[in-house]
Amino acid sequence: MRIVVASGKGGTGKTTVATSLALVAAEQDAVCFRDCDVEAPNAALFLHPVLDSHREVGILVPQVDAQTCTYCGTCAEVCQFHAIAVVGGKTLVFPELCHGCGSCTLVCPEQAISERLAVLGVIDSGATAQGIAFAQGVMNVGQPMAVPILRELKNWCPAPPPTARGAQARDIEIRDAPPGASCPVVETLRGADFVLLVTEPTPFGLHDLKQVAAIAHDLGLPAGVVINRDGIGDEAVAAWCAAHDLPILLRIPMQRRIAEAIARGTTLVAAEPQFRPGFRDLLEAIINRVNA
Amino acid sequence: MKQLVILSGKGGTGKTSVTAAFAHLASLGPFADRVVLADADVDAANLELVLKPRILEQQEFRGGQVAEIDQDRCAVCGACESVCRFDAILERDGYYVVDPIACDGCAACVYQCPTGGIAMHEQVVGNFFVSDCRYGPLYHADLFPGQENSGKLVALVKQHARQRALDEHRLLLLVDGPPGIGCPVISAVSGADLALIVTEPTVAGIHDLIRTLETVRHFGVRALVCINKADLYPAGVEAIAAQCRASGIATVGTIPFDLTVADAMVAGEAVTAFRPAAPAAVAIAAVWERMSAALMNFETPINQDV
Repeated sequence: MRIVVASGKGGTGKTTVATSLALVAAEQDAVCFRDCDVEAPNAALFLHPVLDSHREVGILVPQVDAQTCTYCGTCAEVCQFHAIAVVGGKTLVFPELCHGCGSCTLVCPEQAISERLAVLGVIDSGATAQGIAFAQGVMNVGQPMAVPILRELKNWCPAPPPTARGAQARDIEIRDAPPGASCPVVETLRGADFVLLVTEPTPFGLHDLKQVAAIAHDLGLPAGVVINRDGIGDEAVAAWCAAHDLPILLRIPMQRRIAEAIARGTTLVAAEPQFRPGFRDLLEAIINRVNA
Repeated sequence: MKQLVILSGKGGTGKTSVTAAFAHLASLGPFADRVVLADADVDAANLELVLKPRILEQQEFRGGQVAEIDQDRCAVCGACESVCRFDAILERDGYYVVDPIACDGCAACVYQCPTGGIAMHEQVVGNFFVSDCRYGPLYHADLFPGQENSGKLVALVKQHARQRALDEHRLLLLVDGPPGIGCPVISAVSGADLALIVTEPTVAGIHDLIRTLETVRHFGVRALVCINKADLYPAGVEAIAAQCRASGIATVGTIPFDLTVADAMVAGEAVTAFRPAAPAAVAIAAVWERMSAALMNFETPINQDV
């Protein structure tokens, strides 16, 4: 069961919901958590995993053997991203433009191109005290491309597998998505079973919720909504959800006390244990909807 | 002409609310009619929800290309699938098809297809707008949900906005940036004279502030920091101030946690216009005073202890 927590607008409480959902799930189920917000990964600040494994990841970029290269320019012709060029009797590679597709390597008639890893970031992995298998992608500063890191993050397999404490032992994967509604969000959603949309009842929250709901719809993913900071703003989010058959699965009220606890790095269910049953019901509601 | 970009790292710290308030405040003082506005958060474009633009010009934005297989020429050999590193070619009922969402547009499959049965097609992935709003010309865009190339669209928005500002001898290009530190942020920061980083005193806000400071330093853009929701977690404010001191970055003030900001958003107004006496509005006005002074005279010391 792969659940993505997404929002569109940043700061609506994705990580708040994802971490509390993971903690409640881990009481019974085997939980794997992937922080897919590789530009600004924050879940570890709340779950405190011991991250004992670090692996550099990136894309394979071409390197040209000057001895074998005949400067025919076929590589430059096929490259859609202008990442390789033949200039003044030299074949130059611009790794920062390369998407790592491998097309130049395949077409080179002299087999003069080999590939090397251009590092874009790191996958840190480990486990939390509750037995949650945890991994996060961390993009290097100055790098533009998040998607290759996400692909590696999604392929990460925890070893040993996460432990379940109860008898039920379902496998639950929770992905904390990046904000926005462009390619990194799509990559996070691909292969998921359910998307939980965390929003706030404001015009900004609604506008961006619609964007991500559209992606979920295009991917054929079932979705549900969590309204965070319930009580601020207006009723437009609830009305829009009702009109679009999006169930509101949980409401978290606007309380200064909650905001202060999250600011300090406390998870919602640790700071306010009365929310535990709500998160338990949320998890079961998601599982029932996917299995229905 | 100076270019000011508003950033945050973490989303939801108040970038757009601050930008809208700046746009309002700029329309009152010496900057009146001398500002061009740009929304560089093209996949969650919210500035227009406050500024209520009247669209004057609209253009389709053509992003990357997507492969398409001509089923009449397809020999079902699977060469395309085997070279695709983006898992974008799927076998479905004995046919190969392209998943346009996954396709990166690299065209590797085009060159490997033995029958020449794959072609690239350009996609319309968003719209680009030139508008007028109550506080001046606004350049903005809307990237269709799930599309790529947000960095290129940001570059397009900024390029047109900048040209307008230069042509009309305007004093300021005010850019509302996206969250994160990746491709659209790099595009938004490029060419900026100054970045104002709106942060919040939360463990997540501070973590992402540090990454944003590293990013602006990487691109050699001067930065200032303003702390929103400052009264939520006093220890966090101290941590931010210490971080800024260590990085040699000045702080230009704090904004208190104030639900008037959400009310202003619902009303579709800048908080400084909606309720000028609200604590957040008063604080943003003070930040703007220091910011605008700093922008026009980089020599003026702008340090404000928090």
